[in-house]
Amino acid sequence: MPVARVVVDVMLKPEILDPQGQAVQRALPRLGFDGIADVRQGKRFELELEGPVDDAALARIREAAETFLANTVIEDFTVRVEESQ
Amino acid sequence: MTTRVGVVTFPGSLDDRDAQRAVRLAGAEPVALWHRDKDLHQVDAVVLPGGFSYGDYLRCGAISRFSPVMDTIIEQAKLGMPVLGICNGFQVLCESHLLPGALTRNDSLHFICRDQKLRIENAGTAWTRDYSAGQEIVVPLKNGEGRFVADEHVLDELEAEGRVVARYLDLNPNGSYRDIAGITNAAGNVVGLMPHPEHAVEPLTGPTTEGLGFFTSVLKQLVNA
Repeated sequence: MPVARVVVDVMLKPEILDPQGQAVQRALPRLGFDGIADVRQGKRFELELEGPVDDAALARIREAAETFLANTVIEDFTVRVEESQ
Repeated sequence: MTTRVGVVTFPGSLDDRDAQRAVRLAGAEPVALWHRDKDLHQVDAVVLPGGFSYGDYLRCGAISRFSPVMDTIIEQAKLGMPVLGICNGFQVLCESHLLPGALTRNDSLHFICRDQKLRIENAGTAWTRDYSAGQEIVVPLKNGEGRFVADEHVLDELEAEGRVVARYLDLNPNGSYRDIAGITNAAGNVVGLMPHPEHAVEPLTGPTTEGLGFFTSVLKQLVNA
């Protein structure tokens, strides 16, 4: 049975300083990777569902993302279904 | 009757014993509270100590916020019970939405450990009554994610309502907005503080004894209540 996978991406809001992303961005030219104007670092959660990915399941995942996976005071999140291979 | 101050131990708490000691030195009875227990064992106030609760996984304080003991603490805090969150405890209070804003990675990305000068801005909270407004104190600070952030609107509201409890002096160690080291809720019973007053209660082990005032303040608050 194919496993349904939902991806939740969490990123710091644009106005919140991301010192980790900045540290990575500063290191890139030193390593010879030029032309990268900005880097922001986020988190990716891969949730494998036991049942079907229907509207109810997605609503529950959005609720989980909002209450727990992301801190909406400082972070934005997106939820998307990943097609099974 | 002796005042009972609960100190919660989460898996990964580090400063629970120091907080208990500070409570005892202030003249109250420390009561150890366990994160899985909903019962607060008739305490009059609660301290959420520093450390790395639940390994700081996901975000600092994010998992502990949903522990059984926090359900009861959130409920009681809203009814006026004094709650002090120190460092990781401050992070738990923000994650619980008992306090606004959030604590993020230090702007330097380094873990900072130093004796920190602070100015007590609000001496009217349950935890700062034994200070005077404008008083300067030195207590240890140690954190990797101690940078207080909130949107401009929230920051303006905190300033306007006098809810900034303490500010960093001389040096802002982590990039906190407006040099904020600690804040309180509107009622003044819930206080979050990034530096560690519980490590500055005895001459032998602290840079000063100027942290003790947080713990004696709550006693006075409860006696007068």
